[in-house]
Amino acid sequence: MSYISIRNNETIPVSSIPELDYPGFLELNVLTLHQGPGAHCVNYFGYPHTGKIKLICCMAQDEDHSINISSCIIDPEHPLPSFTKHSLIFERFERELHENFGIRYTDHPWLKPVRFPFNRADKNSSVADYPFFTIESEELHEVGVGPIHAGVIEPGHFRFICNGEQILHLEIQLGYQHRGIESLFLEKKKILQRITLAENIAGDSVAGHTVAFVNLWESLCGFQPGRDLQFSRTLALELERIAIHTGDLSAMCTDVGYQLGNAVFGRLRTPLINYFQIWCGNRLAKGLIRPGYNHFPFSQNLADELNQVLNDYEKDFEEMTKELFSLPSALARFDKTGVVTAEQAESIGTVGMTARMTGIKKDIRLSHPHDLYPDLSHQPVISNKGDVYARARLRKKEIDQSIGHIRGLTKNLPHAKHHKGHYTSPSPHCFSISLVEGWRGEVCHCAITGHNGELMAYKIKDPSFHNWLALALAVRNNEISDFPISNKSFDLSYCGHDL
Amino acid sequence: MINNLKIWLHQGKQYIPDVTSAKVPGIFRGRPVISTERIDQTALTELCPTNAISNNPVSIDLGKCTFCGECAFAFPNKIKFTTDFKLATNDPKRLIIEEGQEGNIELDPALIRKEISKYFKSSLKLRQVSAGGDNSCELELNACGNVNFDMGRFGIEFVASPRHADGIVITGPITENMAEPLQICYDAIPDPKIIILAGTDAISGGIFEGSPALNRSFLSRYKIDLYVPGNPIHPLTFINGVLELIKKRK
Repeated sequence: MSYISIRNNETIPVSSIPELDYPGFLELNVLTLHQGPGAHCVNYFGYPHTGKIKLICCMAQDEDHSINISSCIIDPEHPLPSFTKHSLIFERFERELHENFGIRYTDHPWLKPVRFPFNRADKNSSVADYPFFTIESEELHEVGVGPIHAGVIEPGHFRFICNGEQILHLEIQLGYQHRGIESLFLEKKKILQRITLAENIAGDSVAGHTVAFVNLWESLCGFQPGRDLQFSRTLALELERIAIHTGDLSAMCTDVGYQLGNAVFGRLRTPLINYFQIWCGNRLAKGLIRPGYNHFPFSQNLADELNQVLNDYEKDFEEMTKELFSLPSALARFDKTGVVTAEQAESIGTVGMTARMTGIKKDIRLSHPHDLYPDLSHQPVISNKGDVYARARLRKKEIDQSIGHIRGLTKNLPHAKHHKGHYTSPSPHCFSISLVEGWRGEVCHCAITGHNGELMAYKIKDPSFHNWLALALAVRNNEISDFPISNKSFDLSYCGHDL
Repeated sequence: MINNLKIWLHQGKQYIPDVTSAKVPGIFRGRPVISTERIDQTALTELCPTNAISNNPVSIDLGKCTFCGECAFAFPNKIKFTTDFKLATNDPKRLIIEEGQEGNIELDPALIRKEISKYFKSSLKLRQVSAGGDNSCELELNACGNVNFDMGRFGIEFVASPRHADGIVITGPITENMAEPLQICYDAIPDPKIIILAGTDAISGGIFEGSPALNRSFLSRYKIDLYVPGNPIHPLTFINGVLELIKKRK
């Protein structure tokens, strides 16, 4: 066997991952992609290993709910042929390997910096000096936006090449948010420090990243979470989805100048995040998810209160969405704006909502279910238009679906109790992987432990890592004035990407 | 149009009438109160993920605290988090809550520059810079302006350009990669101007403290006008802090 096939949240000895030579490693993983639409790369990373670099490639097979893991040890001094030459879905992973370890690729088409990490191989590269693509022409002009944007949002730089009002090309430069999180996971040894780090990877995806971390950690420690812990995690993920989707609909109304929609969706989000505060004391669910224990067991009272919040929400939400989706002035801005085709989405390996809005049925809740998702018989909502309208509509439908999931979950409350978290430390020389469908899409955390069970490598992948390129493609041939609504309709994470 | 009016009518009044005396729902973790009970102090300080707790006397630095509440769960008779959301101050020493201390957190009027209330008491335009912020404080700062919290009624707003701003609100631990853009933005704001640090990450670096990817030298160059603790900040904490800063004083 040239790879080992495991399940989501499974821990295996590092020694059980087959080590291939580079040509075999490349061939295996590129060929895996051709095994059907359900095959995709969930993580591909390297870590220092006896003076060389060990590469680990994780290819998910959605059809049979497995993840194929293979590895290869390389010398960063020797140039390599790239995976990207064969498939663009490896594009950013290989740029990251190049940036972190100085691995040179002979045939990578776009070997540019990813996030300018503090420990990058080329210390001469600087965030202020990104090599943008340019076109020499008297007809064209460039527009630079950022890193600081007009609104209260995170920083990133957008460089447009325009022909009059029309965007020919957009290049997105990130990295401004880099805080060195992956290194901090290794340095900060207390479990409470690590879960706090996980909470701060992306503050709008607290549930997504904390669930990925605790599931991974518990798997490494051989701890089996009870149904009540899994219940809280599943519920938090679905609530977060509803809250953030609602906020996004509000912001999308702002960007098309529909003030009523902005105000109503904005205020509809308030009781949802206030509910998190009622449950766990924090409006964005920080402090709620903990490995092996919980401070906030779910009760019948909490369930009753939640159902009341959702009943009140649903009435106003239905009224507002019905109006929004029949309002010609809003639809004129949503329709056929920022289109990503299924072909593009497939070729660059988009995930989550950004894949589902082009008709690709990609959803970890279905393909690699964790926590209570196996009981929910979840079926992804898909659309096939790939435009701003599809992204708005998909949010509405996903909100309806998540409300249904929550109602189903709260019909059968687990016996809630306080867990103290008695579990052992992580097993030595192990590898583990955790996949979670956050509201943006597939969150993936991987860990490798060393001699005494200490963390040797911690790799985080936010869904935005795959999806930023989709935004850049979506706005081609759009008017530049439609960029804000396109950008908001994706609502990708800067800090989740920059780490 | 009729439908829009109907929706508007169905929404009723959504704003919080008095943001200074509002009650937050649920079990919000606000200003902590530390009792004088004797406990294992080493165990308590060891517990904290961000070294916010010190000994002799036992104290919590709200500029470092992530409000995770783990200390209150481990030592329930020693530490309690109240629902008091008024946490903002202009004196970093007042962010440190000592055992036995029950009083409210307030601003020190002596540290407020005279021109602040003169120019900004009924109109304050702010520029926000996220410098490694995780988008949680940013979400809450946006919420300050929504129909519930409606900060705009006090003339406090976020603006799109530093040229239009009276001050800067910084979120995040200030990354190396954002250090220069932050400085450029600050320099572009006309005088007199204020600096507000929003959130634990901005005040102390929070859980990112000590990361080599940060560059916090900006903070050593200027006087900070307001510290707003929280992870993330609560909109009411921010609004009340700013109102206290700009209000007219005798």
